[in-house]
Amino acid sequence: MNKKSLSQLQIVLSKGDFAVTAECGPPRGSDPGVISKKAELLKGYVDAVNVTDNQTAIVRMSSITACTHLLQMGLEPVMQMVTRDRNRIALQSDIMGAYSLGIKNILCLSGDHQSFGSQPDAMNVFDIDSIQLIHAVRAMREEGKDMSGFDLKEPPRMFIGAAANPFADPFEYRVIRLAKKIDAGVDFIQTQCVYNLDRFKEWIKMAREEGLTEKAHILAGVTPLKSAGMAKYMAEKVAGMDVPESVIKRMASVPKEKCPEEGIKLCVETIAELREIKDVHGVHIMAIEWEEKVGEVVKAAGLLPRPEPT
Amino acid sequence: MIVGEQKPLAEIKKTVAPYKKLLILGCGTCVKTCFAGGEDEVATLTSALRLTLKKDGKEIEIEELTIERQCEDEFIQEAAEAIARNDAVLSLACGAGVQDIARRFDKVPVLPGVNTTFIGVLEKQGLFTEECVGCGDCELATFGGICPIARCSKRLLNGPCGGSKDGKCEIDPDIDCAWQLIIDRLKTLGQLDNLRNYIPPKDWRSSNAGGPRKLVREDHII
Repeated sequence: MNKKSLSQLQIVLSKGDFAVTAECGPPRGSDPGVISKKAELLKGYVDAVNVTDNQTAIVRMSSITACTHLLQMGLEPVMQMVTRDRNRIALQSDIMGAYSLGIKNILCLSGDHQSFGSQPDAMNVFDIDSIQLIHAVRAMREEGKDMSGFDLKEPPRMFIGAAANPFADPFEYRVIRLAKKIDAGVDFIQTQCVYNLDRFKEWIKMAREEGLTEKAHILAGVTPLKSAGMAKYMAEKVAGMDVPESVIKRMASVPKEKCPEEGIKLCVETIAELREIKDVHGVHIMAIEWEEKVGEVVKAAGLLPRPEPT
Repeated sequence: MIVGEQKPLAEIKKTVAPYKKLLILGCGTCVKTCFAGGEDEVATLTSALRLTLKKDGKEIEIEELTIERQCEDEFIQEAAEAIARNDAVLSLACGAGVQDIARRFDKVPVLPGVNTTFIGVLEKQGLFTEECVGCGDCELATFGGICPIARCSKRLLNGPCGGSKDGKCEIDPDIDCAWQLIIDRLKTLGQLDNLRNYIPPKDWRSSNAGGPRKLVREDHII
């Protein structure tokens, strides 16, 4: 890859800086003002911003478009792309288009099943899975070819990310799956929200033993809790989430109005612990519709100033 | 087998309403096994339909017949006379049977009385489960005899998504996570390493994505 095409996230990670990314969910509508408002809250506090792709299968402004709005505001987007809604033809075409617009990071996902969303009557696609998508994006970058083997003129050269959930079952398979993603061509991993640090450490240890942590940058996911109810909801209702009883208790132990403050404190403490773990190269802060707190978390975690974009 | 489920009586009543003479035609193979369209179901449906129509003050003459298979002409011809003396046929076969009757009797309306659901098995008494989508290129050898295309909600070929919890699929706690089943089975067989290999994108041409499929057996053409 030539230097000009490097993403800021890639530069930060390759220099060995502890990276910070956040998330921006596009609006259910066409108002770019929602994006710019969130962008203003995040600017200067993070190295890149993930833009979700119809997350939880609810129809929203497209990820590519919202990424483009962020670019225009001087923020670096990580375009999330799910295989739920597009077949391989549409995926490749959108990746080429996105790169032509200046989007340099992609996070390859399978996507939440449509039965969770607002239009459960929709047909899904799942022509390829997330690992096959990673493979395809890498082949475009490294070999300059699309999935048919056709030589592309100006192939997209994306910095490739994927998600990993250290807390889902079957636990023994989680590291094999991470290995498959890394072998397929992933440069960085963003994990599910970490509340159970013991289990996360165990997962990292297993990954290290397999030599995986040397091959990709791992960014640990964190989500500041707003209330004890939120902690409980995540523990019970959100698939693949591991919120230990101690966390729920801690949130419940403070008066309701103090909960957001406690949630932020807990999040900052978690980041401090994550920074101590060898092979964790950054954090991904998913402050769901709470973007105004990201700056506070980053500042309290001692992660300011962020490296200047080069 | 092809698994099907009889349509609700109210819907059947509505579809047959325009006709005076109706043949309810059962099928003695798959739909009989899954209690949707065999001889017994034809009899029960006939009584129920007669009763409900009578309550509404309507008279329809209903004839009952069940043939071995509605997807083979040899058996279909056994119903030819009965079909000829009625205004319409309510077929309790799968969608293939309905269409084969329609193909061979072009002047008779053929109505479906069954919703064809899937290719599956009788897992246990009263429970049928989907096992196969007929993709046309069987890869069960790789997956320990458990199909991720039919049984993983996202058709993932390279392992479970992040929503697998306690062996169940995130979309419904009543659905087993196919990937948990695959991993457990391959562990038992000592073949877990199968899953370390990258499975490339599937060639869907052999599935119905490649258009309606045909199977030609030259050796059987007379």
